Amino acid sequence: MKRHISTTIDGEALEFLSEDGQTLLDALRDVLLKTGTKEGCGTGDCGACSVMLDGRLVCSCLVLAAEVEGASVETVEGLAEAGELHPLQKRFLEGAALQCGVCTPGFLVAAKALLEINPDPSEKEVRYWLAGNLCRCTGYDKIIRSVLDAAADMRGETE
Amino acid sequence: MQYQAVKTLEEAVERLSRAEGEHMPLAGGTDLLAQRRAGRIDPKGVVDLKRVPELAEIVLDDHGYRVGAAVSGAELGEHPTLGQDWPGVVEAAQLIGSTQIQGRASMGGNLCNASPAADSVPALIAAGALCSLVGPSGRRELPVEEIILSPGQTCLAPGELVAHFRLPRPGPRTGDAYLRLIPRTEMDIAVVGAGVALELDADGLCTACRVGLGAVAPTPLRLDEAEAILVGRRVEGPVLDELAAAASAAARPIDDMRATAEYRVRVVGVMAKRAAQIAATRAGG
Repeated sequence: MKRHISTTIDGEALEFLSEDGQTLLDALRDVLLKTGTKEGCGTGDCGACSVMLDGRLVCSCLVLAAEVEGASVETVEGLAEAGELHPLQKRFLEGAALQCGVCTPGFLVAAKALLEINPDPSEKEVRYWLAGNLCRCTGYDKIIRSVLDAAADMRGETE
Repeated sequence: MQYQAVKTLEEAVERLSRAEGEHMPLAGGTDLLAQRRAGRIDPKGVVDLKRVPELAEIVLDDHGYRVGAAVSGAELGEHPTLGQDWPGVVEAAQLIGSTQIQGRASMGGNLCNASPAADSVPALIAAGALCSLVGPSGRRELPVEEIILSPGQTCLAPGELVAHFRLPRPGPRTGDAYLRLIPRTEMDIAVVGAGVALELDADGLCTACRVGLGAVAPTPLRLDEAEAILVGRRVEGPVLDELAAAASAAARPIDDMRATAEYRVRVVGVMAKRAAQIAATRAGG
């Protein structure tokens, strides 16, 4: 059965049709063609599909599309504003914090969620917060450093 | 797979009973949707319980806490007093999975998934938590340790669900703690787990104690011997060694990819002992 869903995605009020068993991840990618959000494992282990759901960081592969009726979803596609990259995106590019890029949207969304509640995290806090985001390319150091650099940028402590 | 969000317990029970077990209750979905993806379950439908107020809220009244079965780990951690009154329970729930999983996963789901290694369950057993169950024949209350019968199996009747957990408001000089052993620092399933809740008198002697053990038997266990070992004594030295020995003696684990049975037997004693030390420190001992 197709279900009619009304929701807000990256600030835009949207309506779409979804099969009842469809995950939010599949609805984002296959129905709404918002392919910025990636599928890694599909079972909540890797964090590649991370999105914010009503202000909470979640794996969109472990949410049904039907569950977001009336909710607000934020994806990696809402990070840049008016063509200007988010400080995290800039630092990831400058710091070479990605190789294949499949995990990157999830890391960006998860890191943004952290910096919203903790603008000045320690390296340890960043590593624990991002423990549910797996990267098989970088070895994590460049990602962690880029998050810390972006946090400093957002606090206005860098040029 | 059909999806239905319900707003009342009556609706939830009605829907789950009518479907004769072919529909599953959905809380955070972090086990259900992962198992469905892996092909281990294939429910005809799910009944989303997160919009039922009793399942979604934490209420503190004269009787203590009523923690909704679908409250997420993140919400447990954000509550202004629950983590001070029951730090072991909140820490145990928050050990489950990643930040993302914490945004969804609930203690009701952790219990009803019925894994022997469920982290929140030994802590809830130690805390003396009661489950309020609602089903076609009404409401009943059971201690947490009576819910899981075997791996993946609970005592819930068809159409019955866990509505909330009841935790008392702890008195002065009480403390609880949960420790689990995993070979890495995050994102793993318990090799063993141990939860301890205890109360001390003004002289530092234990007046009440409950211990729950995880991942050392087909179900999480309550260590009944703990009370006889600890009550009337100081939580230190040889008393702790007796507790460790009792925990090891009660363990009947399996060998698997995470550890050998022999290792689990030994290390569950160590975890019980250390959790008791933390609980006693929290109780002011």
